[in-house]
Amino acid sequence: MDSPPYSIEAKHLTKMYGRTPAVRDLSFQVRPGEVVGFLGPNGAGKSTTLRILTGLLAATSGEAWINGISVAREPSAIKRQIGYMAENNPLPEDFRVSEYLRFRARLKGVPRRELRSHLDSILETCDLHRKARRKVIGALSKGFRQRVGIADALIGNPQITIMDEPTIGLDPHQVILIRDLIQNLRGRTTVLLSSHILSEVEVCCDRVLILNQGRLVASGTPAELRETFVPGATYRLEVIGQRTVLESLLQKYAADWRHRFDQTDDPKDLRLRISTDERDQEDPTQALTNAIHANPELTLRAWHKIDPNLEDIFLIATRRSWELSEEALRDKNSGNQPEVIS
Amino acid sequence: MKTIVTLIRNELKTLWISPSTYIAAVLALLIMGFLYLATLFALVGDEQEALPPTIFLSTFWVPVLLVVPMLTMRSLAEERRLGTLESLMTTPVSAAAIVFSKWFGAYTFYILVWLIALGFPWIAAEILQQPEMTSRFFDQGSLIGGYLFIALSGALFIAVGIFASSLTRSQLVAGMLSFSIIFLMIIGIAALRLIEAQSAEWDTFPIQWLDYLQIMEHFEDFSKGVVDTRPVIYYLSGTALILGVSALIVESKA
Repeated sequence: MDSPPYSIEAKHLTKMYGRTPAVRDLSFQVRPGEVVGFLGPNGAGKSTTLRILTGLLAATSGEAWINGISVAREPSAIKRQIGYMAENNPLPEDFRVSEYLRFRARLKGVPRRELRSHLDSILETCDLHRKARRKVIGALSKGFRQRVGIADALIGNPQITIMDEPTIGLDPHQVILIRDLIQNLRGRTTVLLSSHILSEVEVCCDRVLILNQGRLVASGTPAELRETFVPGATYRLEVIGQRTVLESLLQKYAADWRHRFDQTDDPKDLRLRISTDERDQEDPTQALTNAIHANPELTLRAWHKIDPNLEDIFLIATRRSWELSEEALRDKNSGNQPEVIS
Repeated sequence: MKTIVTLIRNELKTLWISPSTYIAAVLALLIMGFLYLATLFALVGDEQEALPPTIFLSTFWVPVLLVVPMLTMRSLAEERRLGTLESLMTTPVSAAAIVFSKWFGAYTFYILVWLIALGFPWIAAEILQQPEMTSRFFDQGSLIGGYLFIALSGALFIAVGIFASSLTRSQLVAGMLSFSIIFLMIIGIAALRLIEAQSAEWDTFPIQWLDYLQIMEHFEDFSKGVVDTRPVIYYLSGTALILGVSALIVESKA
């Protein structure tokens, strides 16, 4: 049998809680081996979507497939292909780490003969193989508990690992450890993880899906999203000299660019940002640098390009979707047909 | 099948290491001990037709009302509250297997408590040292019949407890709910039967139905050594039905 083209495929998923929609007409695909981040503000429908994909929740309409198998029609078949780490990482407090993982492994049908070696390798992947394996889960720190949750998701070598907020509530050191752990999974399984920590998603993920109010508002690699949502460019400039002189140069060589000076203690220490929203704006770097060099009153200290991070993209994408839905609401109230919202 | 064994082992282990199990067991045995003492006083006070095991086991509903909620209220409600029920449901395990393992674990402990209560007649016999009394303490017919009843009715009561626990994420609500349902099953139906017997014009429920559901009546039959298949079917089918409904609930709102 040919392997299916997508590890995860969702088509027009909708989930209503009573009359409140949690997920609206959501469609996306994840290819085998990809690490995909699911972003969205709280209440955007991330957890609901992940729960639908794992078969815990039935969608109101639409369908989802895991490795080409329908989630709704064969829930037990897909459970063998998925490792799931639930939101808030629920774990029994009274068990020891190794006891709990052995229990989970047997439930997931790991053969008795392979049990020990399989668990050993997973404990090592998650850096639980030293003292932590013998500890009672209730006594573990949050970072270790999170690792136990990830270890649990990896038991039985699932083809797809779904993690709901794996780094929530961790300190920066622990976030880095978990991030490394996720990097370790690359190539072993397809990973779909939800988060609202953007830097983490930017580092870990090949592709990002941004969800807002139950709708997919953006999808693509961080570079593609940057291109779509934050066109143009931003530079940061540090110059020593007279502000008026620099302003006249800016006027001459970068007239179409916005500029904003930072507050500094020394009036001669000039720090500023110049930016444009236009995609094809001519780059003033070369001309401006030459002009500053040529001017004896100015000394160029630093000049670098600032790439918009995922946070900017996220804010713009979610704001845009809010504006769109408000527009739709206004249209509806005035009796017009709302435009198609994507 | 293999997963059910794993689940049951896990369940027994959980009950084994959780303090609430021991508190429930100690409380139950304390109450049973007092009830047994009361039985002994009743024997001393005046001539009794009934045998000591029958008198003692006829108070079965007092420990049942306490032990069953305490043993079962935690099971599914706590797992739901913690979210571990959800992570259990993401493994290839059916809801029916989860519910059955919960029931089996609690039922095992329930039977264990009643087996420990067998120590009471032994202690009484040891202290009193009267061979004539000893044979009455261990009257086989009433003891075996009574315990058979305890085992059968216990299956249904524990199932009711598991059912109550499957409905909510609060242990307290689950406990109160199972107490209420079991109270209605034992005392409520007996009370209805009494009312119907006393008033000629009030017959909402057919009297045969109420007779069939009379748990106290079943006990009397069993303790006389009469094993009627009708109550046996009532308890077994009732257990299966309630566990089935609980499994559906777990599946629909994990």
